[in-house]
Amino acid sequence: MKKTLSGIFTAVIYIFLFAPLLVMVFFSFNESKSTSVFSGFSLRWYRELFASSDTVTALKNTLILALLSAFIATLIGTAAAVAISKMKRGAARSAVMTVTNIPMMNPDIVTGVSMMLLFVFVGRLIGSATSLSFATLLIAHITFNLPYVILNVLPKLRQTDRHLSEAAMDLGSTPLRAFFNVVLPQAYSGILSGFLMAFTLSLDDFVISYYTNGATFQTLPLKIFAMTKKTVKPDMYALSSVIFVTVLVLLVVSNLIGNNQEKKAVRKN
Amino acid sequence: MHRKSLASRIAGAPYYLWAVIFIVVPLAVVVYYAFTDSGGSLTLSNIVELKNYGYTFLISIEYSVIATVITLVLAYPFAYIMSRRRASAQRIMMMLVMLPMWMNLLIRTYSWMNILEKNGIINNLLAAVGIEPLKLIGTPGAVIFGMVYNYLPYMILPIYTVMSKIDTSLLESAEDLGSNSMSKLRRVILPLSIPGVVSGITMVFVPSVSTFYISQKLGGGKVMLVGDVIERQIQSSYNYNLGASLSLVLMALILVSMAIMNRFAGENDEIIV
Repeated sequence: MKKTLSGIFTAVIYIFLFAPLLVMVFFSFNESKSTSVFSGFSLRWYRELFASSDTVTALKNTLILALLSAFIATLIGTAAAVAISKMKRGAARSAVMTVTNIPMMNPDIVTGVSMMLLFVFVGRLIGSATSLSFATLLIAHITFNLPYVILNVLPKLRQTDRHLSEAAMDLGSTPLRAFFNVVLPQAYSGILSGFLMAFTLSLDDFVISYYTNGATFQTLPLKIFAMTKKTVKPDMYALSSVIFVTVLVLLVVSNLIGNNQEKKAVRKN
Repeated sequence: MHRKSLASRIAGAPYYLWAVIFIVVPLAVVVYYAFTDSGGSLTLSNIVELKNYGYTFLISIEYSVIATVITLVLAYPFAYIMSRRRASAQRIMMMLVMLPMWMNLLIRTYSWMNILEKNGIINNLLAAVGIEPLKLIGTPGAVIFGMVYNYLPYMILPIYTVMSKIDTSLLESAEDLGSNSMSKLRRVILPLSIPGVVSGITMVFVPSVSTFYISQKLGGGKVMLVGDVIERQIQSSYNYNLGASLSLVLMALILVSMAIMNRFAGENDEIIV
């Protein structure tokens, strides 16, 4: 009885979570322009989607921005995590951590507005008419990515054995080589997960981009926003379905890899 | 150790510089805009004008508190059920919770609008069986519904994380000592899951109280939340000064609610994000 109830409850939650996504995939195959009356199966919207250079450019832009911002944030953030891990507990360290937490605590809209106002303010000072551009968008993305990189790397650095790098130096390594050969490999998983988190956050960001982007560089979320301002045609659904399937495949693959590794680990033991 | 301290200090420098310029200074600029007029001279008029938005702040808080409570009521038993399944089942369930999160919020919200609107899918289905169309959209309820939908995974994940870490032997010993399932829940599971609940509440409340897209699409232009007002001031009225003072209040609101939440968390000072 208890089992059935919990089963029903779980099913209802999943139906709730997936209903809009299924509706979206379903109507992306609609023959007509409507997104609520299904008149017949067709691939028309997928054809139109990939024929429009707009979408392809937006997709390319999104990937460029996400890769670049995640990469720069990973570089700066990993270096910062190394420095923070060496700091003694005290006022300086807690000041750094408080500032690092600000972009994560603040609602996106406040982060976006505050950065936009900075860019507008500086733009006015140097007398330029358009202060928002690709550069400001990139800066904004790096800024909101940085805390996630730092907070992913920091715990890994804390776990690393300090004696190992000291041993390396006693054996004649320079501090820098000891760092790259001993410390960094141990923190590798944290750096990677920080990078991936930054990458996906950047891919998905709409709110902060909405306030900090220039007129010429459009990302996918910004394009979707522009599309939903008007009555949406199924081409947006086709676009979303493509994203959905991509995400689904990536998740299933990473899940399978995780499963395999776990099995191997069990066997080893 | 000491040989490295200079190198590691230099390693932090780019970030410290970055954080000051792009995290601290922007907040100072928000304060500057909030206390000046469009010409740049000092004024309190943006602050005085906030009194016209008292109601907006009030309903923003009200709707997001309701949405947070509903997500908690749904997520808590769900996370519990999930944490008691086999490891492989847990993994699949977790993946299915995260999958919708990976879709852009704009798409998910628009799709609900499409389902609920006047000529939407539900009303079309009802019309087919001869039932009058229902008004499902353009109401506070629809906006709250949208918040619950979009942020439910943010509540499930942290609660699930703490629950999956609860030692099963702890539950068994509670049973051995004569606890029934109710007292097991109240005495063991509930206290141990508080940190997850606290971070879940923060993760749902903050984006809910500051949203503008959900209220725009599901509120049908009738429900104006703080986020909507800020968006309008910045993106269509170009009144950066009022936009800044509204953002300042929103920020203060979040800080106060976080302080309250942390007080509730009590001794659990490690909050899982």
